[in-house]
Amino acid sequence: MTAVAPSTSMGLDSRKLGMWTFLASEFLFFGAFVSAYLLYIDETNGGPGIEIFDIPFTSVSSFVLLMSSLTMVLAHNSHVRGDLRRMRLWTLATAGQGMVFLGGQVYEFTVFYREGLDLTQSPFASSFFFLTGFHGAHVAIGVLLLLGLYSLSLTGKVKVGQDVKTEMVGLYWHFVDIIWVIIFTVVYLIPELRV
Amino acid sequence: MASTTAAAETPRLRPSKPTGFLSWVATTDHKRIGILYFWTVLAFFFIGGVESSLIRAQLAQAELSVLTPEIYNQMFTMHGITMVFLVVMPFAAAFFNYLLPLMIGARDVAFPRLNAFSYWFYLFGGIFLYSSFFLGGAPNGSWVGYAPLSTNAVSNMAFYAVGIQILGVSSLASAINFIVTIINMRAPGMTFMRMPMFVWMTLTTSFLLLFAVPIIAVALFMLQFDAVFNAQFFQPASGGDPILYQHLFWLFGHPEVYIMILPAMGIVSEVMPTFSRKPLFGYAAMAFAGAAIGFIGFGVWAHHMFTSAIGPVPRSAFAVATMFIAVPTGIKIFNWVFTMWGGRIRFTTAMLFSVGFVSMFTIGGLSGVMHAIVPHNAQQHDTYFVVAHFHYVLFGGALFGLISGVYYWFPKVTGRLMNEKLGKVHFWTWLFGFNLTFGPMHMSGLLGQPRRTAVLPGELGATVELYNLLSSLGVVVLAISASIFLYNLIRSIRSGEASGDDPWDARTIEWMTATPPKHHNFDVIPVVTSRDEFWHRKYAESEEGIPVAVPVGASVDEESDAGHDEHIHMPDPSLWPAIHTLGVLPLGYGLVYANWLLVGIGAVWMVAGMFGWIIEPLAEGDDDEPAVAGAAAH
Ligand code: HEM
Ligand SMILES: [Cu+2]
Repeated sequence: MTAVAPSTSMGLDSRKLGMWTFLASEFLFFGAFVSAYLLYIDETNGGPGIEIFDIPFTSVSSFVLLMSSLTMVLAHNSHVRGDLRRMRLWTLATAGQGMVFLGGQVYEFTVFYREGLDLTQSPFASSFFFLTGFHGAHVAIGVLLLLGLYSLSLTGKVKVGQDVKTEMVGLYWHFVDIIWVIIFTVVYLIPELRV
Repeated sequence: MASTTAAAETPRLRPSKPTGFLSWVATTDHKRIGILYFWTVLAFFFIGGVESSLIRAQLAQAELSVLTPEIYNQMFTMHGITMVFLVVMPFAAAFFNYLLPLMIGARDVAFPRLNAFSYWFYLFGGIFLYSSFFLGGAPNGSWVGYAPLSTNAVSNMAFYAVGIQILGVSSLASAINFIVTIINMRAPGMTFMRMPMFVWMTLTTSFLLLFAVPIIAVALFMLQFDAVFNAQFFQPASGGDPILYQHLFWLFGHPEVYIMILPAMGIVSEVMPTFSRKPLFGYAAMAFAGAAIGFIGFGVWAHHMFTSAIGPVPRSAFAVATMFIAVPTGIKIFNWVFTMWGGRIRFTTAMLFSVGFVSMFTIGGLSGVMHAIVPHNAQQHDTYFVVAHFHYVLFGGALFGLISGVYYWFPKVTGRLMNEKLGKVHFWTWLFGFNLTFGPMHMSGLLGQPRRTAVLPGELGATVELYNLLSSLGVVVLAISASIFLYNLIRSIRSGEASGDDPWDARTIEWMTATPPKHHNFDVIPVVTSRDEFWHRKYAESEEGIPVAVPVGASVDEESDAGHDEHIHMPDPSLWPAIHTLGVLPLGYGLVYANWLLVGIGAVWMVAGMFGWIIEPLAEGDDDEPAVAGAAAH
């Protein structure tokens, strides 16, 4: 199978262009959630507010998520070099880190819930859970994509020379990471300066 | 390319017959998807029309009780939702689908299966919304769904929140698809500044959707969770802010009105030059005015909220921005007029509807500028004057333009002409009925008749009653006119006069191929050397600037070798988009009824469908590398 480069008007792979376009839209999606959170940051309705955050804990899970971008790059790089074995390894590593992050989020949500912060408590609580929860859902979908990529590379559906597939998952994954950098700064760090 | 024959491995879920029910369910052909959109739109247009007739029956006189207030609220809500999300937007999508690849010289859109996905999401979203009638009543909190009214259980707005969400996914997917198609799949020589104006407007509309849909998605999620799961986004009691909902809604809502009007503007910009036998006047100004409308369109949303608590500074700023947006709109109107100016105009039905568009849209645009004046707005807000305004732009504008497109491209799709005599009867009754219905609403609105009110109060007086009666009579005229259209449509499909390949002496390349087009659109992808490519292949210009026909055969792309079609690599049909999207129904009902089992079933279903989709190659024997149906055949 020789891959003939598709001839497109811009010389860009259409699938990549499609992914970029989609991610452009996603920025507004998260932008709206962030705005709502900032609007409601003090509307705690007598319940817990930003003091509830455990910055050291979240810093660690953020670090794990950021490192997963590195392994994602390594996975793509191995694929480009035609080394599917390493590509699988790094893909799994990335998914694993994503799952660690998700585990951290589940733990964090549980702790908050025990301390009296749940979705129905206040506008602050609703917007916090929405912003971080929708981000978590994006991470979960990313993990699913990574595991899919892994298993399809085993069945031979993802082949050497088709590194654009790994690249697409990578684009999405980096996007999710960037969004987390924004969320971590806006939700956890900046309010901390005020306390 | 690897051989196509070696693929006889595992049997696949892929219907291979070119006709029959399954072939439509599995189609990935942009032309067929366009046709599916069209008929679905007609069905919803009929339903939306019945709803509006019931509204007008109730308001024909003061103090009537044809409908209970509860039913009345459901009617105007579902009417608004239907016309906006299930008629005008997908009507435009029907044209995008059918025409876009033909107009830029491509064999299909960039992602044919994603295109089918968009259609099924649209269909299931519509069915989902309408199923609410059988499940305790339709949404009744108006198409804007203002919180917190819309978050209490009586309003049944959970169906609204989830239903519009589903339709939003459909729009987002097609926006991405069309953007990539236009950027990446133009024929050789088809530069941006040579694209037909309709393609420009498709591009602008798609970008508007791309950036507006995620915002309404957020608003709807919040609304949904407030309504069903007791979240506190818009509940003033706990510190929530109802104005936030309004901001989010209109940040989507204003771009949305351009999403509805720009496709019609694109159509009119194709029809007018053809029937004036002149190029579009001010092509570049037209294209950039469209883009300018798109940009400014994101900065005027609060003109819908002048009477809400937003403060004097935002009021002034948004008033100015709103008046400003009238400038590019005005540029467009003048350009259409100058396109006709001095042309050899043929008043076909398509042309009449385009002229109707320009005149009616101008009326609606002028009342729009009146809304932008803040003190004026306080007087007009939530009266029938507003109802008159948005029907002049949506019905007199968008719908006239879209119908013009139906008459114009009907021969392209069917190979037959629509009956012109019936078409003209349709046009004149439509124009008359439209003005009779919506013209008087300007007056009754200025006299103080409130909108979204189930009973016309007697104390408003006899003048208002007369205007309302006229309005309701107008609906009768419209109903007759619509029947003429439907009759003409069906009769012409069955036995219309054969049209030939180029019935209108058209200008753009979709008319260069067979009519109706073959599955792969073009045997040979044309090489484009100018704007209005087809026209320039047919006519040269004499010294006085008069078009002179070029002898037949003087300019052809290099002839295809015989049997060339067989090498053209097209995407195969696929059932996966339909299977995958079906999962949205359990998911949606689960969210409305807070039933996690259903949500789980839907989610697993959709993920499984996604994997089926990924594993199946785009075309049999293909290893989805390279992309299929690009600008070049291989
Ligand atoms: C068949 C002819 C039509 C008639 C007789 C009609 C009539 C009406 C009436 C009486 C209302 C209710 C106003 C109120 O009580 O506030 C209404 C609302 C509305 N109509 Fe139409 N209409 C027609 C076609 C259309 C079309 C083609 C569109 C869109 C392109 C449209 C879009 C809307 C919208 C968005 C609303 C607002 C709904 C709401 O208040 O939530 N209508 N229409
Ligand atoms: Cu607006």
